[in-house]
Amino acid sequence: MSEPETLTIEVNGFPTRIWRKGDGPKIGFLAGFGGLPRWIPFLDELAKSRTVIVPSLPGFPGGDRGHTALDSHLDWLLAIRDILDQAGLVGADLVGSSVGASLAAEVAALWPATVGKLALIAPFGLFDEKNPPTDPWAQRADAVPGLMCADPEIWKALKAPPEGVNSVEWPIEQVRANEAAARIFWPLGNTRIEKRLRLIKAPTLLLWGEQDKIMPRAYAEAFATGIAGPTTIRIIAGAGHLAELDKPAEVAQEVLKFVA
Amino acid sequence: MKLMWFHLMPYTELPEDFRDANPSVWVDIHSSLFDPKRAHLMYNDFMDELEYAAEVGFDAVCVNEHHSNGYGLMPSPNLIASSLARRTTDTAICVMGNSLALYNPPTRVAEEFAMIDCISGGRLIAGFPVGTPMDTCYAYGTNPSQLRERYHEAHDLIVRAWTATEIFAFNGRFNQQRYVNIWPRPVQHPHPPIWVPGGGSVETWRWCAEMNYVYCYLSYYGYKAGRATMDGFWAEMDRLGKDKNPYQAGFLQFVGVGESRQHAYDLYAEAAEYFYGRCLHVDPKWATPPGYTSEGSQRAGIESQIKQAADAAVRGKSTGERFASVARDMQSIVEKGYVIIGSPDEVAEQLREVATQLNVGHLMLLLQYGNMSKDLTRYNTKLFAEQVMPKLKDVHASWTDHWWPQPMEASQRADIPAFTPRLAAE
Repeated sequence: MSEPETLTIEVNGFPTRIWRKGDGPKIGFLAGFGGLPRWIPFLDELAKSRTVIVPSLPGFPGGDRGHTALDSHLDWLLAIRDILDQAGLVGADLVGSSVGASLAAEVAALWPATVGKLALIAPFGLFDEKNPPTDPWAQRADAVPGLMCADPEIWKALKAPPEGVNSVEWPIEQVRANEAAARIFWPLGNTRIEKRLRLIKAPTLLLWGEQDKIMPRAYAEAFATGIAGPTTIRIIAGAGHLAELDKPAEVAQEVLKFVA
Repeated sequence: MKLMWFHLMPYTELPEDFRDANPSVWVDIHSSLFDPKRAHLMYNDFMDELEYAAEVGFDAVCVNEHHSNGYGLMPSPNLIASSLARRTTDTAICVMGNSLALYNPPTRVAEEFAMIDCISGGRLIAGFPVGTPMDTCYAYGTNPSQLRERYHEAHDLIVRAWTATEIFAFNGRFNQQRYVNIWPRPVQHPHPPIWVPGGGSVETWRWCAEMNYVYCYLSYYGYKAGRATMDGFWAEMDRLGKDKNPYQAGFLQFVGVGESRQHAYDLYAEAAEYFYGRCLHVDPKWATPPGYTSEGSQRAGIESQIKQAADAAVRGKSTGERFASVARDMQSIVEKGYVIIGSPDEVAEQLREVATQLNVGHLMLLLQYGNMSKDLTRYNTKLFAEQVMPKLKDVHASWTDHWWPQPMEASQRADIPAFTPRLAAE
């Protein structure tokens, strides 16, 4: 696993990290709950045949305190649009996971020309009172890894401070990622995205971890029904909410097959 | 110094197996545990107790705000305060306080506090807490990432609403109001004294110092655990070149007075164990909404743990960690200083020590806690007023309290008719 190239752009005055690796047509990835404090195998899988571009989202690891400038949902969407522009992702295929998937879907709805094909892994944004998502912010700390991944050790490894890293700032950055997600989605995860799904014309792949303990599987159908473009649902065996962490090769394969 | 009588209004009939059979006293406490007809009696007992405290000479009576909480039955402390305004005459009324970000629009706080100030003839102390995670983020659904910004904006709006003489438009980040013009307006000029209860964050200390507000540390863990926080506040005041006037600080302390230490121990053990055992049974999952604790405080907390500083026991620990390490048996409760007990002389001596060591001019005393009966509460309150209070009056006597209410002259105030209830049979 070699390191990606790292670029820094400025979003609302905050330095924002962009990772880039591989060759071939561009494909973007917007990370899920907790963000990406380090490079993950899933991105290497994509980079085998595509140029993978991974912009950090405001407040998530690599996104500094950018979330603090965003008060409304429109603020968020404009920031994401700006990030995609600066990352050179306009018109490219776009993959998003969890909270990032919700934002990818919003961009595809509001600015259809911005997105080629769209792949969404268990997106946030809906709330069904009869079948609510798990509240990711009201959890004891030791419960979180098992909610995010089918294999809790994978989440723990993602979040463990690397050798030599600042032992004070690293944990603060991880809390900040949860705060940034809360800033958009508190308290129910409901952004009323269902009103905008009909504006999504892009062919859309909906991926769901078979063992997702955060987003109910039925939401895949709700997204598929709401989205105007052609949709495909694929369930990833042995994966939890952040399926790309649990099953990097399988998720990448589904994505690459879909966007090919 | 000022001795203030504080009521949390705990539900007094949580079952004995509450701890084992229920996840939490807060946020998701089950409705089946609440009996409104029993609560009728509790509320009336509690209000009697507050009125009694005023009658026997406490400087203030204090109420506070909690939501979905089995140990705090005051979602609206203002309701209790307005009743107290009618049933007390010279006692200060301390509402500790209204969680500013929960009121929409926040001018509601300016209005209700102004009402209480008018009704009471200028006896209100206006408490401005941020509010706990359980109350604000979970019970009320406020976004933890915006809570503090909303709090500060609400503060600015309320103070301006109290002091502006002309109608104004408020163009805030979170609040927009075209016509701000509150009626009524507060009696006290320029407005009721503002007190800020807070945890041990440097930002809050600095803000209180800059704004010239009273900083209050309302901990349930007593003077031993509170020492580091109050020291931190005074160190910050010192650094900013401010006076160490003890009246710029408030501190909460549980107390039980008896004939002797053993007598007090026996009298108050049940109520104290009820409070620390059942009332502080809070699920840690409610304690740390991300963004609630500022990054500055997180940094200080992590650094103090790394350095193994003496104050790591409280500062920098999340509410959940604190709840998890609470002592629940009377012996530890007393040893750790959560509850100060003893004969009147022993209690006076310990409180003198607390007030001096912590440099606190406003002691907020919990003389009712847990399931303490009305009789025992009355006994505790009376003994304190008659035999402890006189021994503490000289503490901090050389300082002036610039943060105490300035009521109207007694001669200008309304004549409140004595309360003469008719019997139901009449």
